[in-house]
This record gives sequence, structure tokens and C-alpha cells, in this order.
Amino acid sequence: MPDDGRLIYAEKVCKTYQTAETPGRLVLDHVDFSLREGEIVAILGKSGSGKSTFLRVLAGLTPPSEGRVAYRGQIVEGPAHGIAMVFQTFALFPWLTVLGNVELGLEAQGVPRAERRHRALKAIDLIGLDGFESAYPKELSGGMRQRVGFARALVVNPDVLLLDEPFSALDVLTAETLRGDLMDLWVERRVPTKGIILVSHNIEEAVEIADRIIIFGSDPGHIRAEIPVTLLRPRDVTSPRFLQIVDEVYAILTTVPGREPGRRGARGAETVGVGYRLPAASIQQLVGLLDAICAPPYSGRADLPHLVESEHIEDEALFVLVEALQLLGFAQVAGGDIWATPIGRNFAEADLQTRKQIFAEQLRRSIPLAAHIRKVLDERPGHSAPEARFLAELEDHLSEEEAAEVLETMINWGRYAELFAYDYDRGVLSLENPT
Amino acid sequence: MQQRWGLPIVAWPTRLRPTYWDGIALPLVLGSIVLIAWASRQMNVPYRIGEMLPLSLDPLYLPEYGLRTVLRMALALAASLTFSLAYAALAAKSRRAEKLLIPVLDILQSVPILGFLSITVTGFIALFPGSLLGYECAAIFAIFTSQAWNMTFSLYQSFISVPADLREAARMYHLSPWQSFWQLEVPFALPNLVWNMMMSVSGGWFFVVASEAISVAGQDVKLPGVGSYIALAIEQRDLAAVGYAILAMLVFILIYDQLLFRPLLAWAQRFKVEAIGGDEIEPPWFLTMLQRARLFDLLRSLFDHAAALLSLAAKRAAPRRERLPRLRLAEARWVDLAWNGLLLAGAFYALLEIARFVQSEVGPREVLHVLLLGFVTLVRVVVLIALAAVFWVPVGVWIGLRPRLAHRVQPIVQFLAAFPANLFFPVAVAAILRFHLNVEIWLSPLMILGTQWYILFNVIAGTLSLPTDYQYVASNLGVSRWLWWRRLVLPGIFPAFVTGAVTASGGSWNASIVSEVVRWGNDTLVATGIGAYIAQETDKGDFPRIALGICVLSLYVLLFNRLLWRRLYLLAEERLRLD
Repeated sequence: MPDDGRLIYAEKVCKTYQTAETPGRLVLDHVDFSLREGEIVAILGKSGSGKSTFLRVLAGLTPPSEGRVAYRGQIVEGPAHGIAMVFQTFALFPWLTVLGNVELGLEAQGVPRAERRHRALKAIDLIGLDGFESAYPKELSGGMRQRVGFARALVVNPDVLLLDEPFSALDVLTAETLRGDLMDLWVERRVPTKGIILVSHNIEEAVEIADRIIIFGSDPGHIRAEIPVTLLRPRDVTSPRFLQIVDEVYAILTTVPGREPGRRGARGAETVGVGYRLPAASIQQLVGLLDAICAPPYSGRADLPHLVESEHIEDEALFVLVEALQLLGFAQVAGGDIWATPIGRNFAEADLQTRKQIFAEQLRRSIPLAAHIRKVLDERPGHSAPEARFLAELEDHLSEEEAAEVLETMINWGRYAELFAYDYDRGVLSLENPT
Repeated sequence: MQQRWGLPIVAWPTRLRPTYWDGIALPLVLGSIVLIAWASRQMNVPYRIGEMLPLSLDPLYLPEYGLRTVLRMALALAASLTFSLAYAALAAKSRRAEKLLIPVLDILQSVPILGFLSITVTGFIALFPGSLLGYECAAIFAIFTSQAWNMTFSLYQSFISVPADLREAARMYHLSPWQSFWQLEVPFALPNLVWNMMMSVSGGWFFVVASEAISVAGQDVKLPGVGSYIALAIEQRDLAAVGYAILAMLVFILIYDQLLFRPLLAWAQRFKVEAIGGDEIEPPWFLTMLQRARLFDLLRSLFDHAAALLSLAAKRAAPRRERLPRLRLAEARWVDLAWNGLLLAGAFYALLEIARFVQSEVGPREVLHVLLLGFVTLVRVVVLIALAAVFWVPVGVWIGLRPRLAHRVQPIVQFLAAFPANLFFPVAVAAILRFHLNVEIWLSPLMILGTQWYILFNVIAGTLSLPTDYQYVASNLGVSRWLWWRRLVLPGIFPAFVTGAVTASGGSWNASIVSEVVRWGNDTLVATGIGAYIAQETDKGDFPRIALGICVLSLYVLLFNRLLWRRLYLLAEERLRLD
């Protein structure tokens, strides 16, 4: 492949996960992507959209099933020298000190001891860890640990830095500080790194950092939208232009494709099949969010970024909840706003028993899996059925783990609505509640 | 500025300024080198079959005997470590090897350890004719079999559960397979490995004692050691000598514990991925010495250098593995099929051989008889474990509810578990003879003499780990005694209890071979059971019958484990875990 200033180039990348029993399940579908020199690209998407998998394909940690990835014109066939990665979970070796962890990559390359030490100390200095050289990771706070993660990546002087949700395991304040420090290094050109790819689920973070935002869609993972961010650095997170981009990204991420309001006939049951990957939303949070939307100051309609701030929800959790509210017909979303439907308002105003009735009704009307389970249970003579049966049906559409997760969500919703009961010990769904 | 990080580095002259600890360390190191050299030479003395090895009941000889016993233990431990590293690595890396290796390991750990001794001793003797080395090897091999399996399982379990992110980091930063084995996988496995090693050694003392006095096919060899000393004391009905031996063993186990395992356990703490709060281990004095004495810094930097050189050499020698040729799936599947076929064919062939062996060598009636004997032993094991549970669970809970007491009692219980119970057998036998007790009943407790402590130990640990919140809730709600047991304590300690009971029952099966036939001078007490059968056939040297006995015993253990313990274990895992 030609070397044309593109650091990383991915062409028609597909990834299929195949196990011995099940036929392949597509998680990435023809993704084209490139990272140019001097650029920071953020990849956003809901959980399960394959964005992390895609990053691992780029890193050479997992091969693509189809298509190809090149780094500086060379096909990537394994972790390439020149690409470093920072992990969400830090991935530090607990038995090595800070210094040992930072030296690890150099040691593996066979860099002589003295040079190794010198470079490691420089990286530790750069990232603001001096004084902690001899500490073990377990002595450090999350923020300091991730600094070690960055130092370990930077010490090998990488061309490309891959960041896999590096700030999401940190509290807001710590994340902000570390992000700021990283941007300073980048803007002041104090690191030789020429390109950064950041996988994130924090929209504001992406808009703050990236030159370009790529939004992944789910099932299978694909690129749904690309938004250039041309704001000058340092970026003012309160400027109207900034907020407008944030809104735009929220709008894309919270709309279920094909279910945009105004498109008549796009009712739940038709686009959502039995094997739909239900968002794993907890009842408590669903109800809480709907109550918040219906109550003042929003009184039925809310701006999503505002809602995130006032209700202290993470973006990732918000996507899950918003999708669930939409699926259940309690709310609708467009243009970065969410508003309660009449049913949603009824629900918010009702007492506990009525809420359960409304919820049950919406489940049967809008969630095909719920309707299906209820139908099976109604028809079976003993009004009970093993969960394995439904799991098997779900596994036609989803991976084993996803199927289990979807059924768990379904059971939670069903129990709340008293649509059916579930016996954990026997793994049986039934219409009877314990007497 | 290099001083700051307290790391062993090349700046030797300043780093090697001697400390007070060196005063202890130096004689210790030199002394052990001399001792090891001397004891090793004793292993390879010329020996003709039938010759009596000089052995004395004079307690002055006990330190020497003890040293040789300890050395055997150390060699077996080294062998176990090597074996388990290789075996576990292979099983964890190769999907195909795993399919065979792991079930084999599971069966191997059901085979009674002394059974290995009965079968292999002649082979080892033939390996080193005219030297004691063959007998030594047989004894060491028996100890090895008592340690290797669970260490291997622990390593394998750790290898396959190395966190994915650490693996990815290792690949991302270009660690070679060799480097990531030593820098990632082995360190990750260390805490569990050390714990299992300690457990193994605890069990090992029992077998080191049992395997030193080897008696096969009328040949009676007593390798100098504490075990032989006891055997001789039994022959000569010398109860005082038995007492000396018990005392000596006590001291030796204490030393082993202090010098090897306390430091190892404390040191292994740092390899834990998740720091589990509250359970910080106080650094033992020996570890402090190792860390403070400059002498060991020198040894360690030498070791580090060697490791670095080795690692570099491995990296150079290994072909560039960066671009692993990936097999096409169809091809891999074809190989899988062939491999499965091969395994099946092998199993089928083995089954045929066994059937033919039974037909020609022993006959089906004998098989039936041995199966019955196995059942008798099974009843014994079940009854004894139940009795031990009824007794030790309340005691353990009582202790566990008093954390201060528990922390003082735990090391003692651990020590009791490590102490070879067979040293006490003569005392028990003397008592049975003296009071004319029923052999069938009163020999049985010997089986559980050494293994009951595992139940106590685990119950205490389980009770300790019950969150205090639960107890507050219970007392806040006024939960009465019986309800308190049923709703809080029993479910709460169940996982720990199962772990203890599994260990105890495994140990009891193993002990049956030495505890169903016991001697005191010329008196021999025999209880009906498969252990007695194996012991007696081993004395006679009837190999087909030894093999039969061992196979049937293994079968019982395997079925017992699969049908009872594993299910309880899974139940405990799934339902009653506290987190």
C-alpha cells in the first residue's frame, strides 16, 4: 500500500467471531478508516458497537476476518513497532514498580540497561510521576496508575497512540486533569507521537479532544457518521459552537436508526425483532430518568447534555436508558432532545400498581421478546418453560453472552411488570409467583 | 541518584556494604551448601540388595536422619515445580494437548500416592543397579506424586486466567513468548502456586515418612531418615524412640515453615493482582533478612543478570514469531478430528488391554472382591468425614467468631495438618493392643488423624471471612441459635467447608493404605478394606494384584469426587459465594 501521509489505513475491515458451535457473528462490517499525520480521531459508539474490537484490529492484537489494515504502508499482521496502546483498565503488571512497568517495553526490545533507565525516567518525568518511581501500582490512585499507563506507552516513542477509553475508569476530576495534561503534551509537541485514536463513550471528552469524531453504529458495527471538529485549541467547553457539536453527536447517538420520529409506520414491533439486543437498563434508573424528564425544570422535554449533567449519568448509561425508554414507547428523541410521550407522562404520574400495569402493557405491545415469552407461557400446559429454551432462540441472533444478558434484562423487566415469574434455582420462567 | 529506588543494580561497591543481617546470612548460606553436598553424597553410596543399612535408634542420629528426610523433600519439591511448570504451560498453550493432559491430571490426582511407590520402585531400582540411588529416586518420586498434581492444577488455572488486558499489554509492548511466560504468566500464578506448594509439602511429610521404609516383594529397605527411624522403632517396640522421632519431625517442619514458606507467602503477596485488604501478612524475620542482607542482593543481581542473558538468548534463538502463520480453519478442524480419533483409539485399546489383564491375571471374582473391599473403605471415609465435620464445624465456627484467637490458632492448625500423622500410629496401635479394642473400628480414626485439620482450618477461615455486617443483622433481628446456624453460618461457611472436606477426604483415601494395616513389633493389626489389600499385596510383591487394588481405589476416588465433591463445589461456587 502506498505511504501517502496516512499513518493508519483500514480498508473494508470485517470481523466475525466464530466459535465451534455457532456460525460466525459479524461484529464489524466493512469499516473504512484512516488516520492522518497530526490528527486526533475519536471513535464513539454504544457498548457493543465494535469500537473496541476495531481498535484491537488496528493495533494488530486481533486479525480482521476480511479487509486489511496498514501502518505506514505496511500491512499490520501483529502488534507493530511504533504503535502503543493505553488501556481502560490500566493493565499494569502489579509485581513491577512504576519504573519496572515503564521499562517493560524497552526491556522487551532489548534496549541496554542504562539507556532504558534514562528513557524511562524521562517519560516518568514528562507525565508527572517523578517521586513515584519505586511505588507499586497498588499503592497508587487510579489517576496515577493511568499516568503509568501513559508513561509506558510514551517511553517507546510511538508514532501512533491508541487510547482505549483511558479516562473512563477515573472520576470526573481526575480524568479532566489527566486529559488536560495529555493535550498539553500534544499541543506543545513535547512527544513525538504523530497521531492519536481515542475510543470513548464520553461525548464531551471526544469533542474536546478530537479533530474528527467517528460514530459507530451497532449490529454489526459500522461507521454511521463522521463529524469534523475544527474548533481552535484550547477549546472552550462553554462556547455555543462547542455545545452545538455536542448536541449534534448526542442526536446521532441517541436516535435508533430507522426509528426517527416522523417516519410513520416505523413502530417498535416492526423494526425490533425477538432477537433484538435489548438495552440492559435497570428499572430503577428507567423510572428515575422518566420521572426527571416529566418533573420540573424539564416538565416533559429535556436537552440531553443538560440531562446528563443534572442527573449525573454517564453518557454510556444514558444511551442505554434512552434507548429503553424509546423502545418502551415512554419517550422520543430527536435533535439531542428527549420528550415524554403521553404514555410516558401517564406512567410518571401513576401510582406503583398502575405503573406496573402500564409497564406490562408496553412490554407486550412493543417488546416482541416479552410478548413471545408470555405467549409461550400462556400456551404451555404447566404455564412454565425453561430459560434454556429462550436462550437458544436468542442465540440464533446474538452471541452466547449477549443472549444471556438480554434474557436477564428481559427477566428483570418482566418481574417488575409481573408479566411472568422466574425461579433462579431451577432456571424456569413461569406465570406463578411464589406462594 | 540511582540509590533512590532501592533496586538491586550494578553499583555493587556501595550497595554491598555489609549489614548486621549478613552476620547471620553468611554462615547460613555456607553451612547449607556444605550440608547439601554431604547429604547428596550419602544418596549415591554403593548398595547390594539384601544388605542391611546401618540404622540406629540413638536419638543423636536424628538430626542427620531428619536432614536427609528434608533433602528428599526439597528434591521432590524442585522436581514438582519443574514438572508442573512444563505440564501446565503445555496444557494452557495447546488446545489439543489440553484435551488429554487435564483429564489425565485429574485421574492422576485420584491415584493413591503410595500406589505409585508400590508400582515404580522396582523400575527405579533397575535404573541404578548397585546403588542406593534407585531407592532414593523411588522415595522422592512418591513424594513428587503427592505434590505435583495440585501444583500443576493451580498453575494451569492461573495460566488460563491471566487477565486479557495484561496479555494484550504484553503483546502490544512486544514481549516474546518466553518473556511473557516469565514476566507475566509465572508472576501472575505465583501467589496461588506458593499456597499450593505449602499445602503440598504439608501432605508430603506424610508420604516422605511412609516411603522411606520401602518393603516390596520381601525386600525390606530402610533409607536413612525419620521415616525409617520410626519403622525401626516399630519393629523394636521402642515407644521412647517414637517420641524422639515425633519431636525431631516437629522441629524440622517448624524450620521448613519458618525458612521457606513464611517468607515465600509474604513475598508472593506482591504478585496479587487485586490487593485484598485486611489480610496483610506480617513480614517474617527470614524474609527481612533476605531483603536486608547485602549478600542476597549480590546473589539476586547475579540471578537477574543470568535471567536477562537467558531471556535475550531465547529471543535471539526463537524464530521471528511476530507473524504467526495462521492455520486455515478447515485444516485445523481436520487435525482436530484426527487428534480426537487418535485419543479415542488409544482409550479403546487401553480398555481392551485392561479387560484382557483382568481375565488372565486375576479373574472377575477377585475384581468383585476388591470392589467390595473398596466399598468398605468408602464407608469408613464417609463416616469419618461426617464425624469430623460434626465435631470440627462447631469448634471452627466458635474459634472463627473470635478473630484474635483465630489468628493465633490458624498457624497451629496448619502445622497439625502438615505433621505426618503416621508418626502417631504406633502410639495408637500400642493402645489398641493394650486395651484389646476392636480393630475394624479403632484403626479407622487413623485415616483421618492427619486430614481432619483441613476441615477445621477451612471452617475457621470461612467463619473469619463472614462479613461482620451479617452477624450484626442477625443479632439485630434477634435470630435465635438454631436459625442462626441454618440461615447464616452454615450457608456462609459452606464453600470453605467443602474445600476443607475435599482435601480431608482425598487425604483419607491416601492414608488408607498405611492405616488399615499397622504393626507394632511382631503384632500386625489388619482392618478389612482396600488399603489393607494393597498394602498386603505390596508386601508379597504380587504386581497384578497391586495394580488391581490401585485401579479400583483410584476409580472409587474418582467417582466419589465426581459424584459428590465436585457437585457440592459447583453448588458452593454458584450459589453461596459471598461476593
